[in-house]
Amino acid sequence: MSNGFRALVAVLLLFLLAPLIVVLLTSFSNDAYLAFPPVKWGFGGYRALLANAAFRRGFGVSVTLASLVTAISLGCGTAAAYAIARFTFPGRGALLTVFTAPLLLPGIILGLGLLLVFARLGWLATWTGLTIAHCLVTLPYAIRVVLTALRGIDATLEEAASTLGAPPWRVFRRVTLPLMLPGMIAAAALCFLASFDEVVISLFLVGPRLTTLPIEVFHAIEYQADPQISALSVVLITLTAGLVIVVERSLGLVRAFAR
Amino acid sequence: MRRSLPALLLAPAGAITFVAFLLPMGWLARLSLGRAAGGVLIDEVGLTNYVRFFSDRFYLGVLWRSVWVASSVAALAVLAAYPIALFLFRSRSRWRPLLAVLTIAPLLVSSVVRTFGWMIILGDHGWINGLLQAAGVIAAPVHLMNNVWGVLIGLTEILMPTTTLALLSGFARLDVAQEEAARSLGAPPWRCFLRITLPLTMPGIVVGALVTFVLAISSFVTPSLLGGGRVPLLASTIYEEALETLDWPFAAAVAVVLVMVFGLALVGYERLARRWQ
Repeated sequence: MSNGFRALVAVLLLFLLAPLIVVLLTSFSNDAYLAFPPVKWGFGGYRALLANAAFRRGFGVSVTLASLVTAISLGCGTAAAYAIARFTFPGRGALLTVFTAPLLLPGIILGLGLLLVFARLGWLATWTGLTIAHCLVTLPYAIRVVLTALRGIDATLEEAASTLGAPPWRVFRRVTLPLMLPGMIAAAALCFLASFDEVVISLFLVGPRLTTLPIEVFHAIEYQADPQISALSVVLITLTAGLVIVVERSLGLVRAFAR
Repeated sequence: MRRSLPALLLAPAGAITFVAFLLPMGWLARLSLGRAAGGVLIDEVGLTNYVRFFSDRFYLGVLWRSVWVASSVAALAVLAAYPIALFLFRSRSRWRPLLAVLTIAPLLVSSVVRTFGWMIILGDHGWINGLLQAAGVIAAPVHLMNNVWGVLIGLTEILMPTTTLALLSGFARLDVAQEEAARSLGAPPWRCFLRITLPLTMPGIVVGALVTFVLAISSFVTPSLLGGGRVPLLASTIYEEALETLDWPFAAAVAVVLVMVFGLALVGYERLARRWQ
């Protein structure tokens, strides 16, 4: 590969990472609004962030919601993936298609559909509504990642355990579960991230009573760009990086996405 | 017990999928045939909303703009992601894993955060205008945001990691040995690229362009923040009709139109894919 080609790749990567680099740099600006070049440097953005009640409340809602959604989708998703991987029944393939179909449709359409139904059920701006809506997005991830993990397990190990007299539940607990655990950890991290970052569907379902952090940020930057939001973004990126490391350690990031 | 176990395991996921997916999508399709008058839903079956959409020049403009913005973004993202994908595919360098992570990691950062980064770069008082003014190239700010340019630049960057993955998934047929054979037989680099590399990576380019088009035409956050409300697209029309005008049946009809554009893109892909197999 020539040096010219390497330079081109470097420039394109710089373009790809530009917004993240800029956010990182401006988070240490002490200016009232974000202009170039920044005049004063400091931690003013981070201090303002800590004092912002709306962001603190939104952060609490988002973390609670993402934890709830991760637990539910990991439970339901693992059960469904196990049934699809280890049992034969008619319509198995079709069922998997239906389960993962929400990933194919745009969030704006899913959000509108949920708004129409949840308005009738009285679930707008409620924990029930937001939890179920987020599970719609995270469940396909959970099912797919756990299914991939299950399919990667050598079936002879399970057969050996049952031949040696282990009852089915013990085969599951002592052989299958430990082997699919890395897949489940990766699935949990992905679900948490997907729920925590979800914007479009939530936009249709939140209200003044209950709002998530990404929605607070979305409405804040519609009007004003200040260092506080850069600081918040850096906090969010750090959180993401932590979860990415969890996925990478347990499964391999590229593998988790390429399937 | 043994017979009913699969059903029992599938029930919770099935219930969520039914309540949050099948029911809403069915309802949306049904409601798109209804009508709203003065904030009241009138339960009828007709094509009123579709007739309104396809006979109004404003909405036809929205449809046309959405298609060409998404097509341009697909083309730009494939152009920008292709060298990166090629590098990741071929490189044996020890930096490769790091570069792979750097390419894919932005995918996991919230699109609101990444769009915010672009607002800082592209704004009237942003980094590009600041640099150009400091260098004395321009006197007044160039408007790079709150218009279609901002949407094109931002969406291209936001979708690039996905485009790169899609390209890589279609590079399976690319064989470094064939490129080396062409080189050793005396083909100059550009001819080697045009005759060997490009045809062999065409399946990846087709997949990459389709995936990017589909994601671009359905994205809402980036176009609405970088377009500043001045670039009406299908997704932003759905949002406004649903939450500002409160005309739910019409919003549902626009959503169905968006799904139809999806379907057409998939049919086009099938045809192209068959040609390149």
